[in-house]
Amino acid sequence: MIKATLSAEHDEAPIPGTYMFDGNAAMKGYALNKMCYSFNNAENRAEFLVDQEAYCRKYGLTALQTKAILEKNVLDMIHNGGNIYYLAKFAGIFHLNVQDVGAQQTGMTVEQFKKFIKSQGEN
Amino acid sequence: MARIIGGLTTSHIPSIGNATPREDDLRSDPYWKPFFSGYDKAREWLADAKPDVAVVIYNDHGLNFFLDKMPTFAIGAAAEYRNADEGWGIPTIPPFKGIPELSWHIINSLVAEEFDLTMCQEMLVDHGFTVPMSLFWKNNTYGNVLTVPVCINTVQHPNPTPARCYKLGQAIGRAIESWDSELKVVILGTGGMSHQLDGERAGFINKKFDLMCMDKIVNEPEELAKISTRELVRQAGAQGSEFILWLAMRGALSGKVTKIHSNYHIAISNTATGLMVLENAA
Repeated sequence: MIKATLSAEHDEAPIPGTYMFDGNAAMKGYALNKMCYSFNNAENRAEFLVDQEAYCRKYGLTALQTKAILEKNVLDMIHNGGNIYYLAKFAGIFHLNVQDVGAQQTGMTVEQFKKFIKSQGEN
Repeated sequence: MARIIGGLTTSHIPSIGNATPREDDLRSDPYWKPFFSGYDKAREWLADAKPDVAVVIYNDHGLNFFLDKMPTFAIGAAAEYRNADEGWGIPTIPPFKGIPELSWHIINSLVAEEFDLTMCQEMLVDHGFTVPMSLFWKNNTYGNVLTVPVCINTVQHPNPTPARCYKLGQAIGRAIESWDSELKVVILGTGGMSHQLDGERAGFINKKFDLMCMDKIVNEPEELAKISTRELVRQAGAQGSEFILWLAMRGALSGKVTKIHSNYHIAISNTATGLMVLENAA
């Protein structure tokens, strides 16, 4: 019931492979996204790298969110309320760009993913 | 009264922010050439038109705003705007001059029209704002351009609808045209075109939809404003929904609109890039 009231577009058909970052996701992912938002600051990025698990604890991440962070599993982060704009700041710490992240989520190699992107311009 | 001389659109992909300082070298690189070469005509138009003010309609990607307080529409009313560390290595560039007098005129006019904006006297501007400025004013030569940042939420759904953004742009247009000033204003709409960064559909691009948007935005923007948010996400990708920023720009052009130039390229990073120069004649 809560779902229906928090998602403004709950009655529209889902889009496969696509996550609308709505009220439900924003509540679920708040701690995770807040932690990633902190990575705008270089000192925070350094502190995170010293002890990643402790940093996750400091921000109150759930066990599943912490696991996704430690494993650098972007889809799991998204399933646990992560928003890609904040997750990009996490990825940046490890010098992963959006193509690395795209490849990971689609199960392709980065080269395959780049080819796939380019192929969509070839008709 | 102030005059809106035209509208510019451009993608604002973060990797461009790292490439612009090396543009002259990258012009011979097959990856960057089709992208950068598109900007020559836009810069020629700007050199000729010489706008005094740029109203930049963009989205913040988690630099100035977080989910604790997420305004749907926010406007800067500061004398200066700066960018900052976004976490993945964008360079800091020279600050942008503001024009608080115009910002407050727009705020007063828009709130009177029932667009209740969040007013910001301090505001960091992220790549959604800075990359377009660096592209249109090569080597960051935007020092004489006065800016007004207008930030629209595309981070947290519900985003404002395409129709609402178009109407916001119309209200911004009316505000500027009622401002007692001789200054020339250009409106920037940044972001897009189709792209999706997250989920199993990451990498999605929709050339047909993008080209339709670039065609209709010139003379049939109302048709595009009818699209629902969900349909926009379906057709343009999760982050392609930034097209609402282009629609807000287009709303501000109330005169006879002529396309001067456009460029479309697949792809930079994960994004289909789009550039347009629209002239607005009284």
